[in-house]
Amino acid sequence: MSFYQGLQAEVVPFRGHNGDQGEAYYARPLRSGKFPGIVVIHHIPGWCEWTTEVVRKLAHHGYAAISPHLYFREGGPNESPDDLGARIRAAGGVADAQVMGDVAGAMAYLRAQPNATGKIGVIGFCSGGRHTYLAACTLKDIDAAVDCWGGNVVVDNPKDLNDKRPVAPIDLTEKMMCPLLGIFGNDDHNPTADQVNRTEAVLKKLGKNYEFHRYNGAGHAFFNNMRDAYRPDQAMDGWRKVFDFFNRHLAASAASIAAE
Amino acid sequence: MCSYIVEKTALVGSAKGRKGWMRIDTANVYYDHPYYSTLDHVLAIDFTNEGEGGRDRVAVELSAESARALVDRILAALASGDAAHGAAAAPVAIAAE
Repeated sequence: MSFYQGLQAEVVPFRGHNGDQGEAYYARPLRSGKFPGIVVIHHIPGWCEWTTEVVRKLAHHGYAAISPHLYFREGGPNESPDDLGARIRAAGGVADAQVMGDVAGAMAYLRAQPNATGKIGVIGFCSGGRHTYLAACTLKDIDAAVDCWGGNVVVDNPKDLNDKRPVAPIDLTEKMMCPLLGIFGNDDHNPTADQVNRTEAVLKKLGKNYEFHRYNGAGHAFFNNMRDAYRPDQAMDGWRKVFDFFNRHLAASAASIAAE
Repeated sequence: MCSYIVEKTALVGSAKGRKGWMRIDTANVYYDHPYYSTLDHVLAIDFTNEGEGGRDRVAVELSAESARALVDRILAALASGDAAHGAAAAPVAIAAE
């Protein structure tokens, strides 16, 4: 175990859905060697500072990590991500198909780097957790996926489905092609504990490779140390679960830099 | 809530943003996770001018409790305005969404 290895973090251009060029936040260890990659899918409010911290945290733990700015089409690179997020929200959000295209583009970016092992994980938070579940079911060549409190995986009201979000992710579970880790707070309202149980029941019934971890005393976004929702004990344990999962599925030898 | 649910209303007014004063014609109102606040959920309002493309906004993120208190004080201010100025604070018809 060795701490305080250097890393490089920067905004890079990448090709997303339909070949559109946007920005992504990319961080990787500076030491020599090859690294597994991880795509970080941000939450509804947008490509925020906490998201970039997650990317750097993953790099600190020995991964090349990238977070595509899912709202880049809405404005220029000099516009604040929160302003772009506000416009996206007012327009009804981003389409699932477009997000999947952007995630696939970010995966391609990672695999194209000379220091890539070729192994790719995906992690997402909030709406990004839902997108991660979708990616695990619809994108090829993902080696591990982590859904952190993704809401609306189970859709109880059909009116919540629309042109941008036409299918409930739970209904695609049969197509899930990679191991899934789920992290949830039992006080969350979206997803509720009942919805998490129902998701797990489907995964179990279909024989999928998954593991769910539920935390008492925690609600939505309890990893986020910029929110009152932050629960340090649960978050620390949750991060250990995340790194244990990624290390197992994305080649532990390349990612052992700061693992406990 | 983790959703894209937005209540939109047309309005007549002006707001001061990063470029100074601007006319506004729309408010997008939602209760969801914030961008800046440390609260789990906020009542957020984005004041924009859709007629000019809606690219600039004046944004607020309020706790639910303070948002309700603000609604109450807005109505109280309008009521006292009615009393002091007659019809000056009466509702103005605007185009509905």
